[in-house]
Amino acid sequence: MNSTIYKKKSPLAVFLIPAFLFMALFLYYPFAMNIYNSFCNITGLGTAAEGFNSPWYLNYGKLFQDPIMNTALFNTMLLMILTIIFQVGIALLLALLIDNIKKGTQFFRTVYFFPIVISATALGLLFNLIFLYDGGMVNQLLLKFGVTDMIDWKDEAHFLFTMMTPVMWQYVGFYFVIIVTGLNNISPDIYEAAEIDGASGFNRVRYISLPLLHNVLITCLILAVTGALKVFDLPWVMMGAGMPMDQSWLTGTYMYNQTFTMGDVDYGSTIAIVIVVIGVVVSQAANRIFKEKDY
Amino acid sequence: MRTADTREPARPHGVRRRVQPGKVLIYLVLSFWAVTTVYPFLWVIMNSFKVKGLIRSDSFSVPTGDSFTLDNYKTAFDRVDISGAYKNSLVISAAVTVVVVLLAGFAAYGMARYQFRGRNALHSLIIASMMFPVFSTIIPVFRMMFGWHIVNTNSVALSQLSVILPQIAGNLSFAIVVLMGFIRGLPIDLEEAAYLEGYNIYQIFFKVIVPIAKPSFATVAIFTFLWSYNDLFTQMFFLRYKDAFTITRLLNEITSIAGVNYGLMAAAVVLVVVPVLVVYVFLQKNIIKGMTAGAIKG
Repeated sequence: MNSTIYKKKSPLAVFLIPAFLFMALFLYYPFAMNIYNSFCNITGLGTAAEGFNSPWYLNYGKLFQDPIMNTALFNTMLLMILTIIFQVGIALLLALLIDNIKKGTQFFRTVYFFPIVISATALGLLFNLIFLYDGGMVNQLLLKFGVTDMIDWKDEAHFLFTMMTPVMWQYVGFYFVIIVTGLNNISPDIYEAAEIDGASGFNRVRYISLPLLHNVLITCLILAVTGALKVFDLPWVMMGAGMPMDQSWLTGTYMYNQTFTMGDVDYGSTIAIVIVVIGVVVSQAANRIFKEKDY
Repeated sequence: MRTADTREPARPHGVRRRVQPGKVLIYLVLSFWAVTTVYPFLWVIMNSFKVKGLIRSDSFSVPTGDSFTLDNYKTAFDRVDISGAYKNSLVISAAVTVVVVLLAGFAAYGMARYQFRGRNALHSLIIASMMFPVFSTIIPVFRMMFGWHIVNTNSVALSQLSVILPQIAGNLSFAIVVLMGFIRGLPIDLEEAAYLEGYNIYQIFFKVIVPIAKPSFATVAIFTFLWSYNDLFTQMFFLRYKDAFTITRLLNEITSIAGVNYGLMAAAVVLVVVPVLVVYVFLQKNIIKGMTAGAIKG
């Protein structure tokens, strides 16, 4: 922009300082502070640090020996993988299907996206009712099909399914919309050319849609893995404190529990850092492995 | 970004008109997923009007005649302070939205139109802050605000402030990125014309930029409002006292209050979902566009 209006730089201060001040005070500074905190000994959210831990990396050592942290990491990794397979997978399938129809596309987009704008807290309660042992929607449905042994959806055999299905279900519509947008950006000429060459149906998808969607799918993949690290509300409302038997923790819920319920603030900070590190590492790795391609 | 509705006629559908059974199958699969996203909400709305016990014995029937009741909603308003929670949610989300839209608009305008040293560095800072999960900043923020005596107090106003401040910061980077993308794409001619008319830079912002960029300001505002209204994590940290509870915070609490009163739970879910549902039905295009735009650009 070389316009003369923007030669004089003094208004910039008015434009930029308020927003960056906010971010500095409530994002950058706390982020740095959180790293520092993870080396200190802090016993309460509102209490001063009692100096450094000895040794200073105490919390990081604790991480590796904490069986519940292992469970939380395992569950989060599992959620990442399931998210990629089912969330993005179902979204891709639905997007490829909707690309073949004319009527009702707007309706499906609206309906699929709807769960995303609903608070995960409300969804948590909703799914609590759906998976209720005594007369929940699913068990009543099973009853109708003649099953008499009701399933306790939150017991050790079923809790992973009960916790993860709603999380994945909620965000299918999000990836669906992203992929549909990507599909719409593919020029119809390419399909026409392929049609003349005799490619249709499955081949059309295999040789045109999927390769051209490569970058969009990478975006989805990265959003899905980083999203899995941020999951909190739904499992918290549905599973409470890691039930059954400390098995349902995710990194986010465990971090909250350590900080707030257990009062181990410095350990909570350490878990928060682990969450950030995993996010950065996994998304960088995904980017490297599946390198963006230009077509 | 082009959307589905703008390009529909372009695909050569006519060529493959004979595969009608395939179309039916496609509609079946698509409708199946639509049922999974719609039916749970219909189900919970239906059950919120049912008399006690019926939700557990026959949750699929439509409540009519004797089985229809408003008791669950009465209980919700009597035993739990739903209207107070609505008010708190509204105050917090409205404040967050107004400040975010204003500050992000300013920052986006400055970043999009001015050339200055350090611009790239600031841009990287904005992008980087979108990667910070809330977990990684919340503890120091709490400790800082505790030092300022605005958390853990009995004052509702201060409690609200303690949620508002971090929520503003959390939304700013996303809002700046979306608005910057839009403002950068605007032709600069209008601003120059306004400048020649004697407008100063702030008049240009409020009288030229804001009106033209209204759709993206609307998108940012809706998104910020929804995110703030739906957020549970920040609110769990900072809202300690019942008087200051917001609607999601209260909902989280209701599980323990309600016990086995599933009707009350159903009614509470409906009370939280319905305002969002109404907003969504009217503004869904802006919402979908905004959320995906922010995600892709980030």
